[in-house]
Amino acid sequence: MRSSPKEFIIEAGRSESQYWKDLWHYRELFYFLSWRDILVRYKQTAIGIAWALIRPFLTMVVFTIVFGTLANLPSEGAPYPILVFAAMLPWQFFANALSECSNSLIINANLISKIYFPRLIIPASAVIVSFVDFLISGMILLGLMAYYNFIPDWRILTLPLFILIAFAAAIGTGLWLAALNVQYRDFRYIVPFIVQFGLYISPVGFSSSIVPEQWRLLYSLNPMVGVIDGFRWAILGGRTQIDWAGFLLSNTLVLLVLVSGIWYFRRMERTFADVI
Amino acid sequence: MPDTVIYVENLGKRYLLKHQRPERYVALRDVIAKGAKSLLRQLNPFSPRPFHPAAPNYEEFWALKEVSFEVKQGDRVGIIGRNGAGKSTLLKILSRITEPTTGRIAIRGRVASLLEVGTGFHSELTGRENIFLNGAILGMTKAEIKRKFDEIVAFAEVEKFLDTPVKHYSSGMYVRLAFAVAAHLEPEILIVDEVLAVGDAQFQKKCLGKMEDVAKNEGRTVLFVSHNMGTITQLCTKGIYLSQGKLVGLGDINAVVLQYLTSDAENTAYKQLYSLEQIKQLNKIVFFREVAIANHEGEHSSEVDVRYPFYINLSYEVRKTVKNVELTIHILTSDGRPVFTTLQSDCDPDSFGIRHPGCYQASVQVPGMFLMPGSYLLKLAAHEPMVQMYDYHENTIMFRVNETGTKLAKYQRHDHIGVVMIDLPWKIK
Repeated sequence: MRSSPKEFIIEAGRSESQYWKDLWHYRELFYFLSWRDILVRYKQTAIGIAWALIRPFLTMVVFTIVFGTLANLPSEGAPYPILVFAAMLPWQFFANALSECSNSLIINANLISKIYFPRLIIPASAVIVSFVDFLISGMILLGLMAYYNFIPDWRILTLPLFILIAFAAAIGTGLWLAALNVQYRDFRYIVPFIVQFGLYISPVGFSSSIVPEQWRLLYSLNPMVGVIDGFRWAILGGRTQIDWAGFLLSNTLVLLVLVSGIWYFRRMERTFADVI
Repeated sequence: MPDTVIYVENLGKRYLLKHQRPERYVALRDVIAKGAKSLLRQLNPFSPRPFHPAAPNYEEFWALKEVSFEVKQGDRVGIIGRNGAGKSTLLKILSRITEPTTGRIAIRGRVASLLEVGTGFHSELTGRENIFLNGAILGMTKAEIKRKFDEIVAFAEVEKFLDTPVKHYSSGMYVRLAFAVAAHLEPEILIVDEVLAVGDAQFQKKCLGKMEDVAKNEGRTVLFVSHNMGTITQLCTKGIYLSQGKLVGLGDINAVVLQYLTSDAENTAYKQLYSLEQIKQLNKIVFFREVAIANHEGEHSSEVDVRYPFYINLSYEVRKTVKNVELTIHILTSDGRPVFTTLQSDCDPDSFGIRHPGCYQASVQVPGMFLMPGSYLLKLAAHEPMVQMYDYHENTIMFRVNETGTKLAKYQRHDHIGVVMIDLPWKIK
């Protein structure tokens, strides 16, 4: 027992000041929740973790055939499978994280109504689980590079930066949807739609260069455009150009979504236990 | 005050009750539909104006109001009250799950709350994995869990099944494991909701022992909610009695428990269960009208002599022809433990037949030299076994059995001798 325990105050609207300290204090819970979700994810499946490889791989094959072979879209000089997969990685990460994140609070409703901890931990750990899948399917990219004898240049070193942006985009959007989902269960149905729709308006199966110039800025309002273009730029090297104005616009939006997501989540958080 | 660990001042929690929508969550569809409707109504000059435009279908409900108390280091506080009195809300606010609407709480020390056994258990994970997960959820660090791991496993008696997913556990094993993790928390302040009501009797005893141990020997502060007055008086030193969100009793646990139990049991020998007004409007097929305690001379009296028999008299009304009506009388000790239950059909199975509308009277004789001196409560029920409950009254009358110079006079207190007395022949060789 500690000799002089600190006093803390519970008051309406008081939790603000202790919040970020608490978040640090509960880091082990964050670690355990992520660990639980990763463990549970592929339990009682016959091929387990291989699912994290099969899904993106098959999607990549279909996209390569449809967009690369049938539609004969330009591939920026890189093998089409690599072009697709460099975009598939961040997109799958974003899409998985978004669905997991938005459902995470509802799934853990019993925790929320019975135990105190900073609620931010739950959606954050949901994103981590998708990140593990992301790392696993990253192996396919390595495999593809070896197969096509494709050697990236120095720009590959900037990849962590783009992963960070993907993270921010996933968490920011995820927080909005998670908090909204607690209040309005409609978002359960909206999220799969966003994911499906997003796949077509993001440059996953094709390169951004085919988007006409006059539509470029509107197109860059999709935060995933910046992330995916960044990934391609880092992985494919000099063979692809990046539209810096659009990239900046995309990333400003990501930042905006992240900050507003945290703000909205924090604002709704204190009523979660009452309405969930 | 250095030894005050919890200081609660003017605490209140308000919920807004929505009357039109019984669902707990709102659907966006409804919000949009409602918004569109009210917009249309405002645009349409012919639509009737709502009478109170500013009064929506919300009703304020104060789950807690103006609650103030303090808890000192090492106190074991029992929180009692009927369902909906605000006990759980109080615990939720104290454990920071939900925010208060008004007031302020100052807490000194690490708080762990146990509002449910096995929160966060995942059925796909093994016992070992769940110990770590649940420990972390309850606020233990990984190092702490590792240090206590063997102790937890031994307490739960699940050594053999540590690496089996808990979905294959029996419910008893599951509860044992869950409680074992919680029992090894080492907070300065422990908040426990009614979680001991699970598991078999032997394990309950073990849990209770552990709780007592934590509270008495380690000097921790415990806040405990239970409906079992026996457990509460055994475990706690102080009591808080909540009624409809307000604090109505505070102090020594025995005094508070007595206050709680007698709050609507009148210490009179006779009670009308419904007023004449109520009877007119009553929508019950069978219901009790009066209950009374009479001494061996037939006079109404709530003070009974231990040496003589006494009578429980009741009258009831039947409004429609019914069959299989069973009447039961429960006698409970003043801390709520049942002593015995007597059924109308016990001695007269024929009473179970068809009963026509009308008023009936019943009288039960309780023998002398049977109930130990002390206070008792009376509970009544009329029901059709396994089918429906007609009428039910808790804590109707409280009566006292008085020691009047029998062989029991040599004891200072009677509650630890037993609740009934019986003379058994001893054979000595």
